[in-house]
Amino acid sequence: MDTAQLEQRLAALPGAKLTVKDHARQGVHLEAALAPETLVEAVEIMDCAGYFLETVTGIDWLGEQEALRKEVLAAREAKAKAKAKAAAEKAKAAKEAHDAAVEAALAAGETPPPAPEPEPEPQAAPEPEIPVLEDSMEAVYDFNRYPTKGDGCRQGLHRVALRVRVPRSHPEVPTIQHLYPVAHWHERETHDFFGIRFAGHGYLIPLLLPEDADYHPLRKDYGA
Amino acid sequence: MNQLAQSPGDERFVLNLGPQHPATHGVLRVKLVMDGEYIVEAEPVLGYIHRMHEKMGENRTWAQFLPNTGRMDYLHALAYNLNHCCLVERALGIEVPERAEYLRVIMTELNRISSHLLWFGAFVLDLGGFSPLLYAFDDREQILDLLETATGSRLTYCYFRFGGLYNDVDENFVPGARAFVARMRERMPMYHALVTKNIILVKRLKDIGFVDAEMCRKYGATGPVARGAGLAYDVRRHEPYSVYDRFDFDVPVYHEADSMARYMVRMDEIIESLRIIEQALDGLPEGPVMAPKVPKSVKPPKGDYVHAVETARGLLSFRAVSDGSGTPWRLKLRTPCFSNLLVFGEACRGMLLPDALALMGSLDLVIPDIDR
Repeated sequence: MDTAQLEQRLAALPGAKLTVKDHARQGVHLEAALAPETLVEAVEIMDCAGYFLETVTGIDWLGEQEALRKEVLAAREAKAKAKAKAAAEKAKAAKEAHDAAVEAALAAGETPPPAPEPEPEPQAAPEPEIPVLEDSMEAVYDFNRYPTKGDGCRQGLHRVALRVRVPRSHPEVPTIQHLYPVAHWHERETHDFFGIRFAGHGYLIPLLLPEDADYHPLRKDYGA
Repeated sequence: MNQLAQSPGDERFVLNLGPQHPATHGVLRVKLVMDGEYIVEAEPVLGYIHRMHEKMGENRTWAQFLPNTGRMDYLHALAYNLNHCCLVERALGIEVPERAEYLRVIMTELNRISSHLLWFGAFVLDLGGFSPLLYAFDDREQILDLLETATGSRLTYCYFRFGGLYNDVDENFVPGARAFVARMRERMPMYHALVTKNIILVKRLKDIGFVDAEMCRKYGATGPVARGAGLAYDVRRHEPYSVYDRFDFDVPVYHEADSMARYMVRMDEIIESLRIIEQALDGLPEGPVMAPKVPKSVKPPKGDYVHAVETARGLLSFRAVSDGSGTPWRLKLRTPCFSNLLVFGEACRGMLLPDALALMGSLDLVIPDIDR
C-alpha cells in the first residue's frame, strides 16, 4: 500500500480529518483526527500498510475551550469596535458633506438643503451565545515504518499520527493491543498518567506508578 | 520451543528475577513462570526507577529540561541531549552553525562507541567472560577523557545548547579524537579474536533468542534489535538530522535474528561510528559554535513538534506540545528500550533461563530509559 492509498483509506473513515504536515517544521508527515469509533479500523489500515507503532500518549486539553471562548469573545469585541468606529466616521463624513453643501448654497444665495435624516442604526442580529463545551482528552498514536526493499531509504520516510479526542469526563477509547502487542504497555502507561481508559484492555493496572496509585499525575488539574 | 510440549506443566513455579539482579543491570524485575529450567511465561515489572521525567518537563522551562535528558539513558546521554536541542531548534527555526553541528556529530558518535563498549563488556561478563570487560573499559576510558575535557562530565552530559554548544573544544581535542580512532581500529580485530570467535560465546548466542522482523514491527523494536532482524532501519539514514546526511556510512544489517546477529550489529556499528567521526574531523570547519540571536527565554510557537534521533539502543523521539509559553504543555519521551524490553516477554518463552539472560543482554537494556 503506497502513501496515496493509505491517505485515501484513512480519509474514507467517517469523521476522519486528514492534515498533511510539513516534516521539516513539525516532524510528522500526516495527521489524522479520528472519531473514537473508527480508531480500531484506522489502526487495522496502518497494520496492513506495514507500519510499526512508535508510541501512544495522551494530551490533556484542560482550559482549551475556555481559551477558545475568550478568543471568540475578543474577536467579537474587536469586530464591534471596528463597526462602531466605521459608523462614527460615516456620520462625520455625512455631516461634513452637508455642512459644505449648506455653505455652497448660502454663497450662491439659495436655500440651504435640509439636514439629512440620520441613518437608522442597522439592528444587529443578536450574537449567538457561545456554548461552554467540555474540554477534551486526546490520545495520540504515532506510527512510523521501516524502509522496505526497493523504495530506497529516503522515500520510505513516513510518519503518521492518529489523534482521537474524547470528553474529559468520560475518557474512553478502544484498545488496539490485539493488533499491536506493544500497545499493551503504552496503553497502561497512558492510563497511569492521564486516566484514559482503554476499553477491552482488561489489565489496566499501574505500569510505572506504584501498584496502588489511584491518581493521574499528567492531568492538568492534578496537584501534589 | 518444543520442549514445553514434551512436559505437561504440573511442575510450574514462579521465579522472581530482580529487581536486584546482576543480569538485569539495574532495577528491573521479571516475573517468570518456570517449568524446571524452561520459561513458560515472563512478565517484566517496571517502575522501580520511575522519576516522572514527563511531569518534570511540564514544570521547567524548555532549557531547564536539558539536564534531565542525560539522565534517562545515561550511557548515550548526548543523543538525548541532541534530540531535545534539535526539537526546540525545529520549533523555533534556529540555524545551527556548521562547526557546532560537526562537533555534535563527533561527540554523539564517540558517546555511542562508549555505550557499545560498555554493553560489550557487561554482556560478555553476563556470559561468564571477565577479561573482555577490562579491555573494553580501557578503551572507553579514552573516550570519557576526551568527552570530559570538552563537556566537563563523564557520564550524564549536558553539552549541547539550543543553537549550538556550551563551549568550543580545545586544541588537543582533534588530535586526541584522531588518536582514538586509530587506536580503536587496531583494537577491533583483537576483540573479534578474543570474543567473537570464541567457541563458548558462539554456542551461547548462535541460533538462540530469535527476534524476527515481524515481531520487531509488532513491538516497535528499533536499533540493533531491528537491524539484527534484517530491517535496515536507522534514523540517521532514514530521517537525517544534524549533518548526518553528509557522511558516508553503512547501516549494518544481519538477517539471522538471533542473539549473535545483534552482537555483530553493534560490533560493526563501532566501525561505522569511527568512519563518521573520521569524516567529521576531516571536514570540521572553523567558526562560531553558537547561533547568534538565540532568545534567552525560549517560547516555541503554538503547535506540536516531533523529533527523533538514533541512539545506541534505537529510535528515540520526543513529542512536544507548545502552548506558546515558556514551558512545554506536554513533553512525551518515547525511549527505545521500552519497546525493546517488551519483545523479551514474548521472545524468551520456552527458553532455558541462562539463554534468556543472554537474550536480555543482547537487547542492551538501560532501565532508567524504560522507566523514565
